[in-house]
Amino acid sequence: METAIFLIFAALALGSALMVVTHKSPVYATMSLVVTLFSLAVMFVLLGAPFIGALQVLVYAGAIVVLFLFVLMLLNISKEEHQQEGQTVHRWVALLGAGAFVGLVVPLLYRATQPRNAGALTEQFVSIREFARDLFTRYLLQFEIVGLLLLVAVVAATVVARKPPAAPSGAPGADSPVSEVEP
Amino acid sequence: MSLPNSVPVSWFLVLAALLFAIGVAGALTRRNGIGIFLSIELMLNAANVALVGYSRLLGERTGQIMVLFVMAVAAAEAAVGLGLFIAVYRQRRTIDVNRLNLMRW
Repeated sequence: METAIFLIFAALALGSALMVVTHKSPVYATMSLVVTLFSLAVMFVLLGAPFIGALQVLVYAGAIVVLFLFVLMLLNISKEEHQQEGQTVHRWVALLGAGAFVGLVVPLLYRATQPRNAGALTEQFVSIREFARDLFTRYLLQFEIVGLLLLVAVVAATVVARKPPAAPSGAPGADSPVSEVEP
Repeated sequence: MSLPNSVPVSWFLVLAALLFAIGVAGALTRRNGIGIFLSIELMLNAANVALVGYSRLLGERTGQIMVLFVMAVAAAEAAVGLGLFIAVYRQRRTIDVNRLNLMRW
């Protein structure tokens, strides 16, 4: 039963990941990314991390992808990327690199896990209570640092994406010293 | 509550490697800035699968907590990166990375 679920969602994840990479329209690529992220949420549940699976759906599919779609909507670039040829060499080199990566890593991973087998899932391993206890005791400092990082990122994103103040007329309302860029 | 472990962890790791390779190929071939970002998200997720897989294999929860941090960093990276793209688009009217060569030389 778990094997069937794994195979179905692994195929779904790989297929939609290929769609993400190959589809011309960025909107469709983003929607395929949602399918990939949901399949990976199933993988997390299969691996005994249901909380991570829920976070995957909430944070990735819910927040990050919506951010992507918003930017796509703002920039209105749904029909960009008209293919000019002469890109083919580039493409083959990229495929070769990816293939070499798989060829190197898959045997390594397989050998690294071959002798051991994962033990049975315990209540204690799956429980969110234990997860939170670890997060807020052993990893409290890291947690705080990540919170600070998110704060900085939000401030940086608003500063960077803000409309630059109208430079030529010397508008009195423009009070920001940053990004006085003359185009 | 208890799942029998009928799926070997190595399958998950192989899936993670394949997803990462797809992400690498995408990041190298896409020319749209947003497409490159999507490929990077794909790679981050592949790394997350590998982390949770090893966490399961070793019976240690650190990998899952690492995934939590990776998700937060990915959110921050997406916010800042997309803000940069908006700023660049405002100046150049494109986010095709082949035509964004201002800082190249």
